[in-house]
Amino acid sequence: MQSDDFSNPGMLWVARGEKLWMTPAGGSGKSCATCHTEASQGMKGVATRYPAMDPGSARLVNIEGRINLCRARHQQVEAFQYESEELLALTAYVAHQSRGMPVKIEIDAQNRRHFDRGRDLYNRRIGQMNLSCAQCHDQNWGKKLLTDTISQGHGNAYPIYRLEWQNAGSLHRRFRNCLYGVRAELLPAGSAEFLDLELFLAWRARGLPLETPGVRR
Amino acid sequence: MRVRVPVWCAWFVVMTGCAAAPPGPLVSYRIESDAINQPLAAPGDAARGRDVLMGRESNCLLCHAVPETGARFMGNIAPSLSGVAGRLSEGQLRLRIVDLARLNRDTVMPSYYRTEGLSRVAPAYRGKPILSAQQIEDVVAYLRTLQ
Ligand code: HEC
Ligand code: HEC
Ligand code: HEC
Repeated sequence: MQSDDFSNPGMLWVARGEKLWMTPAGGSGKSCATCHTEASQGMKGVATRYPAMDPGSARLVNIEGRINLCRARHQQVEAFQYESEELLALTAYVAHQSRGMPVKIEIDAQNRRHFDRGRDLYNRRIGQMNLSCAQCHDQNWGKKLLTDTISQGHGNAYPIYRLEWQNAGSLHRRFRNCLYGVRAELLPAGSAEFLDLELFLAWRARGLPLETPGVRR
Repeated sequence: MRVRVPVWCAWFVVMTGCAAAPPGPLVSYRIESDAINQPLAAPGDAARGRDVLMGRESNCLLCHAVPETGARFMGNIAPSLSGVAGRLSEGQLRLRIVDLARLNRDTVMPSYYRTEGLSRVAPAYRGKPILSAQQIEDVVAYLRTLQ
């Protein structure tokens, strides 16, 4: 379903993203396209390098955060809510421009602190079930957890369309599902800790091709 | 033994009946070799134990196959528990459910009767063991039927 664009429901979000890309917003009267012109050129390969440090604020941002920075800085308009239709659509549209290209994350002096924190969280046992991400996604992938086959837990297809959600959803929404499963405190989508985790996952997935929009059960 | 009920639980009682395992001190137990030989509660009931084992509170079937239950879906992260009573005594079964981590620090199996040494537990579950002492006895009684 994922490899056939006509039956991949995630392509609906990509199409909505394309529309938003061309729509002027905010006080600037500018659309994304005004500055970035054709996404197929300007956005090609961008998602392979994210999450990345934003030089302006020295903060780690993912594609969602990057889009909201452009809205604030360059369009003078309020941020999209995390997990909103609009942000999912634009994120899917931007990431889709890199489909098939390998994830390319490098750890350096700027992002190392975030990387280390993400790796710590990934390996820490948490929740009432006392399980780490690694215990499922590194040590038990390929096995069955009731009906689900555990994958290696990569984020290279996000945002995805998930049948269980009957909707598209972000990588952070998936993180929340896994935290809920182990009965751990839920962190908010877009939170600093989730960004650190996303950076670690992207590093772990380096070399794998981007697949946005993925389709999951 | 004085059972101290935290204030937040009063609110929780209204919402959910305080679930099956109330917060508060756990029944203490003694480990002898690789077993807990004394029961933690009244004698277990195998039929109730089967329900607990198959239910969402314990989630045993997420990881274990237990063909004797007749369940349609079962995981395969952990060894099948088929015929487990032929391999393990009642006391050995009890310790494995209470706190398997005592035998294998890195196990993926949760400790079902432990509230210490956990981190970032969701508020609804904080300070509570996954199963109550009675539920553990019930599950042990059920596993004892798997000869
Ligand atoms: C007024 C011009 C302008 C508008 C409008 C604008 N951007 Fe940007 N965008 C920039 C600039 C300049 C940068 C470089 C980083 C910075 O200065 O913020 C950038 C960077 C980006 C990046 C990161 C590129 C990279 O190579 O890392 C993405 C993704 C992006 N913009 C998406 C969008 C989207 C989606 C929209 C519409 C919601 C948008 N931009 C609207 C000017 C703009
Ligand atoms: C009890 C086992 C378990 C734990 C612990 C767990 N997950 Fe998962 N995770 C799953 C299952 C099951 C799925 C759904 C099937 C799949 O895609 O692996 C999943 C899916 C995912 C996915 C989506 C993969 C995809 O291709 O769509 C990511 C990413 C992920 N998990 C990350 C994490 C992170 C990060 C943590 C730690 C905070 C974590 N998981 C903890 C079981 C677990
Ligand atoms: C997250 C996965 C998981 C869950 C949930 C789980 N177990 Fe386990 N269990 C294991 C693993 C893995 C082992 C193998 C021993 C080890 O890891 O040290 C095991 C071992 C056991 C053993 C010892 C079996 C033997 O042959 O030595 C028993 C008994 C047992 N589990 C019972 C249960 C019961 C009862 C439940 C539910 C109350 C349960 N388990 C839930 C993963 C799990």
